[in-house]
Amino acid sequence: MSQNIANPSPDQALQDFASGAEILLRALKDQGVEVIFGYPGGAVLPIYDAIFNQNAIRHILVRHEQAAVHAAEGYARSTGKVGCVLVTSGPGATNAITGLLDALMDSVPLVCLTGQVPTHLIGNDAFQEADTTGITRPATKHNYLVKRGEDLARVVHEAFYVARSGRPGPVVIDLPKDILIGQAPYFPAPETPHRSYRPTTEPDAGQIAKAVALLKSAKRPVIYSGGGVINAGPAASEALRELVRKTGFPCTSTLMGLGAYPAGDPLFLGMLGMHGTYEANLVMHGCDVMLNIGARFDDRVTGRLNAFSPGSRKIHVDIDSSSINKNVPVEVPVVGDAGKAIRAILAAWDAEPTEVDRPAIAAWWKQIDEWRGIDCLRFRQDMTKGAIIKPQYAVQRLYDITRELKAKTGRETFISTEVGQHQMWAAQYFGFDAPNRWMTSGGLGTMGYGLPAAMGVQVAYPDALCIDIAGEASILMNIQEMSTLAQYRLPVKVFILNNQYMGMVRQWQELLHGGRYSESYTAALPDFVKLAESFHGVGLRAKSVDELDDVIRRMIESDSPVIADICVDEKENCFPMIPSGAPHNEMILGPEHGTLLQMAGARSMTDEGLALV
Amino acid sequence: MSQLEQRSAIISVLVENESGILARVIGLFTGRGYNIDSLTVAPVDPARNHSRINIVTSGTEMVIEQIKAQLDRLVQVYRIADLSTQGPHVARELALIKVVCSGSERVEALRLAEAFRARVIDATLESFVFEMTGNTEKLDAFIELMRGLGLAEVSRTGVAAIARGTATI
Repeated sequence: MSQNIANPSPDQALQDFASGAEILLRALKDQGVEVIFGYPGGAVLPIYDAIFNQNAIRHILVRHEQAAVHAAEGYARSTGKVGCVLVTSGPGATNAITGLLDALMDSVPLVCLTGQVPTHLIGNDAFQEADTTGITRPATKHNYLVKRGEDLARVVHEAFYVARSGRPGPVVIDLPKDILIGQAPYFPAPETPHRSYRPTTEPDAGQIAKAVALLKSAKRPVIYSGGGVINAGPAASEALRELVRKTGFPCTSTLMGLGAYPAGDPLFLGMLGMHGTYEANLVMHGCDVMLNIGARFDDRVTGRLNAFSPGSRKIHVDIDSSSINKNVPVEVPVVGDAGKAIRAILAAWDAEPTEVDRPAIAAWWKQIDEWRGIDCLRFRQDMTKGAIIKPQYAVQRLYDITRELKAKTGRETFISTEVGQHQMWAAQYFGFDAPNRWMTSGGLGTMGYGLPAAMGVQVAYPDALCIDIAGEASILMNIQEMSTLAQYRLPVKVFILNNQYMGMVRQWQELLHGGRYSESYTAALPDFVKLAESFHGVGLRAKSVDELDDVIRRMIESDSPVIADICVDEKENCFPMIPSGAPHNEMILGPEHGTLLQMAGARSMTDEGLALV
Repeated sequence: MSQLEQRSAIISVLVENESGILARVIGLFTGRGYNIDSLTVAPVDPARNHSRINIVTSGTEMVIEQIKAQLDRLVQVYRIADLSTQGPHVARELALIKVVCSGSERVEALRLAEAFRARVIDATLESFVFEMTGNTEKLDAFIELMRGLGLAEVSRTGVAAIARGTATI
């Protein structure tokens, strides 16, 4: 393929020249970048030199490139802005790949600048050379290799446009060193629309009308909202609230969508899916009309596809048309931005005079209340002094105390998690009432995400309380970032639910592999209190239920980074659970729920189920 | 057509003539496990910097819709067209076919080439190279016939396709 890139249009008369690195920083500044998370190296020294000579953009030096990307993700998810990463060539770029794929799966807007060897050395197996564009192609929404100085500014502006438009995602710009050193012209961001990439954001009026007609005819409706509502901005979450309250329909949310609709509200059913609530999953199964806004029918939600919500008619609102009819066929597809689509539905709802079937919906709510009566998240915490802490109780107390803090002082709490049982417990027991407060790795499920993500959030919100709810296995994956926290005085709190096992793996081994706990015990754990202190932070430990509240309060009140080692019951499993291969209405419930335990748990696992993750 | 029936599809993709787009399209197919039965790519409009990729793929109806949606959302893709469902179209392939034979087989090969309207573009006393354009079935049939007459080597392009009439991609 030729390298015949079209020149920028003649409406840009400005042609001042500077070094490529300076042009790069100018373009970043014009795109509104205030922070870059990065790690230096030979190929990017010219950029670091330019960073040294300016102070418009702040640089946060991480301790591993993977953490730089996760930090940019946390920053982007909490602010709605495009995160920015800078890493060097070769191993710097390859270390970033996990983070890039994480951003791609969870639709987080990022621009990742990677260094590259000089253009004349590309393909020569030079020192710290990697085929970055080739390796990152499947891990990014789009990527660029800048081969000429005159393309540099245009590519940077385009990269930001691509990262934030349509379904957001990560974009890599590979920058050879000679391009950064050589002279390059500056072009401001173009005003003309992009020549080929113009995603649809306005929903089709005809489809909206069909959707509203279907919704009004519903007797057992459900609104299933996802990460797309969060990505569409806080206005979309407000619109969702209006829609749920106006219609009086039950609302459930995916893991990625938590916070769009307030958790405590009576119309909210809790999270759905593999570890979602009993009522949310049964509502999805038994509904007759399902409105999916900004979710993608992920396998964690659907369970066995041929048994998913068999009797229902579905409306799917998504900005990415390839997500529609991908695994679940739907009747009314609506391509567009979630916020715009919800507003259009609200307008059409008011314009259309038909009333909903109030008695049928009241009966549906009565059924829902019966299911809620099971109290699927109930657990029992022994409150006697010295009793072991249940992990669910630890999360619940954290939620209660941070909610008191907000009521008393107005201080906001942001939660990030690692991956595993603690992540599910955080989603189940910590209530989110606003969007952009919840940072978790959903699609890729990256252990080691939470600490750097919390770091990114803390950089964006220096006065907020940023807590990484972690497992003791996950936290070790990016523990080196404790050093970054100390350097920049970021008082992130690491709340470890320490049960000495890789909890989720151990749970599956208990339930599906006859209790053969192969390689899931985290042996030789460090003393987390001493570890925190060695990283210039504060270490706290709670070994029994009477110590918990005090540790939480001291953790919150400290001005330093804190690791709180919460020793919890290792035998706890995460319930409800849809075992893989099972339909989403057949859940295993916890030991508190007696006879219902036999429902799916007693059935033998099929080979097909065992083969699924 | 039932949900599970497989069909063949010819998809034309109009793309920005920029490095990486072909790798991205192919990566999309292999990464998601879709078939590429044949593929051609060439610049078609230097002024606008467009290239056209023609892909022959196969799968169930839902898979083919997915392929089209996935292609459509790539940044460098302008438009896609599923020529197999969008009305009448023409599809052509080119093949260069080397046959090494002598005596009666050589005469037979030449006669069949005439019947199929294949052109001789290289001739030695022991061999011919035939050039043939046509739809895939015609090329397949001719090559099959040559197999018994000393077929030595085949070099084929993929399918290039275009809609009939005034419709453009």
